[in-house]
Amino acid sequence: MAKGKVTFNQDTCKGCGLCTTVCPVNIVKMDTSKINAKGFHPSTVFEMDKCIGCANCATICPDYVITVERF
Amino acid sequence: MAKVLMKGNEAIGAAAIKAGCKYFFGYPITPQNELPEYMSRELPKNDGVFLQAESEVSAINMVYGAAGAGARVMTSSSSPGIALKQEGITYIAGAELPCVIVNIVRGGPGLGGIQPAQSDYNQVTRGGGNGDYKLLVFAPANLQEMVDLMQDAFDAADYYRNPVMMVGDGMIGQMMEPIEFKSPSKRYELKDKPWATTGTKGQRKPNIINSLALDPAELEKHNERLQVKYNEMKEKEVRYEVYNMENAEIVLVAYGTTSRIVKNAINELKEQNINVGLIRPITLWPFPEKAFDEIPTTCKSLMSVEMSMGQMVDDVKIASNGRWPVHFYGRSGGMVPTPEGVIEKVKELVGGAK
Amino acid sequence: MAIVFQKTKGLTDKQTHYCPGCTHGIIHRLVAEVLEELDVLGESIGVAPVGCSVLAYDYFNCDMHEASHGRAPAVATGIKRVHPDKVVFTYQGDGDLASIGTAEIVHVAHRGEKITTIFVNNAIYGMTGGQMAPTTLIGQRATTAPLGRTVEHSGMPLRVSEMLATIDGAAFVERVSVDTPANIRKAKKAIKEAFQCQLEGKGFSIVEVLSTCPTNWGMTPIDAIKWLQDNMIPYYPIGNFRRPGEVK
Repeated sequence: MAKGKVTFNQDTCKGCGLCTTVCPVNIVKMDTSKINAKGFHPSTVFEMDKCIGCANCATICPDYVITVERF
Repeated sequence: MAKVLMKGNEAIGAAAIKAGCKYFFGYPITPQNELPEYMSRELPKNDGVFLQAESEVSAINMVYGAAGAGARVMTSSSSPGIALKQEGITYIAGAELPCVIVNIVRGGPGLGGIQPAQSDYNQVTRGGGNGDYKLLVFAPANLQEMVDLMQDAFDAADYYRNPVMMVGDGMIGQMMEPIEFKSPSKRYELKDKPWATTGTKGQRKPNIINSLALDPAELEKHNERLQVKYNEMKEKEVRYEVYNMENAEIVLVAYGTTSRIVKNAINELKEQNINVGLIRPITLWPFPEKAFDEIPTTCKSLMSVEMSMGQMVDDVKIASNGRWPVHFYGRSGGMVPTPEGVIEKVKELVGGAK
Repeated sequence: MAIVFQKTKGLTDKQTHYCPGCTHGIIHRLVAEVLEELDVLGESIGVAPVGCSVLAYDYFNCDMHEASHGRAPAVATGIKRVHPDKVVFTYQGDGDLASIGTAEIVHVAHRGEKITTIFVNNAIYGMTGGQMAPTTLIGQRATTAPLGRTVEHSGMPLRVSEMLATIDGAAFVERVSVDTPANIRKAKKAIKEAFQCQLEGKGFSIVEVLSTCPTNWGMTPIDAIKWLQDNMIPYYPIGNFRRPGEVK
């Protein structure tokens, strides 16, 4: 059961990938199937049920893409 | 009101405080040190703040910050220090902020000397720093005139949202003359400063003080807007004096203390039946071109008299517009022209006593 | 469900022009969050530098004033002397602060000017395309040090925090890094302490933030973080150098 949920404002993502390196449960990925309005592969989470709501991804994101909620 | 005997540099300070100057940022440099020293003593007594900065560069940037914060603020220096301030001045002009800058001019170029000069004319009238901008430049010839102009300097700076420069040569800074502090003229209708950085208090959008405009179309519009201001100054701010113009066969152009020496020469020449006129710019920018329309038909030539190797002479040529030949007489390096020197040069041009 | 992380009101809606992975974005957020949490956004006036963050005035949601290169501390001094009750800060890069602006930063520390400086140290000149900075490391390549910086030619890199900490008026001096979430949270604490130092009138406060420049280092953002950890932290140690009342 997920402890947390993250929402990505994908069109503001610049595809830097920093968020993918800090997730303790390794669920933050770059969505290579998509290109956002800026022309980057935006960040996303496919396995939201594993999210622990730690906000590490949002903490290191330089573009305020991620909003984090906790249950 | 009674007259007081004051040293020029101190009179500038006293007049500035009377005009509402509350902040002064400056740096020591001869021959204007009495001005920051005066401000350090008097501003705190008048609810103001004095700060000696670490350099002229820092001082003008403190002025930039204070002006953006909505304050009546002044700095002063002398020629080499004014050269240091040029970057800050262009930012202040570009950001459309008010301030007063006092330049007590000394010999140059470079470190030059500490004696009086007028060799900053180009520096003060041609903007001085990069870009298309102008300063409103006052050049009083005596301490009373300087004190009278100080209120207008601060008011004009606020009215036009532009730096205003007060130019004195080293003599003006150091001499002592009796002066009277009259009531200010209230020539300008002043408005509030809603654009200043005062903190949004959560009640308005942030104010941004800035001279940067990366988009060329935007920067062009900005420059055009600045030009409208400068055109208004050209229309309304020209000040000058004419002296002994009737039947003048040669007209001299001189400003500041040099104009007083020239007046002495003119009076002496009049005794010798040689009629010499004087156009005395009081604003160096805008230059009093219309004064040249008052030159009588008897006049055969013009001569610019300056404490420099010849800088204002170019503006005299522009204003004369080919109507008269333009000559130059000057001393430099801190040497002060004498009435005899001026007389001799005039006689060379008009051909001796009559 | 409760929101535990969202974009702060201290930042405007404008999307930044910074490169992907540039840590300016993180640092802007920390400053903006601190100002919001201290409830001083409406009393804040920031001074923007010349450098990549020249457009910082578009991103902070408070009054902002541009400064010429290196002169932000002087501009901030002018503002603070006019408005002593406001929160005045400068945000400067290493070219701005440690090169052309060394007189100005030393003298706000010297005077104990009650302003806060956020010093973004990425060991290079970002905006102008990667020239050597006073903080560029030995052996590090830059466009004006194509074979890498050497001591013989340019001296050792400048440690600004250590230098300023010797000045009495610098009441709070700390160096932080934004390379990991843990360090980012510590950085925010330091920034908050720095602003509190200003609010309590204790003197000048500065936080030096070790940062990356993926574009001019010629690396991916992820590799740039690693480079910072392996090369910058050993030379520029993280830690507090001065706090009010403490003598080190």
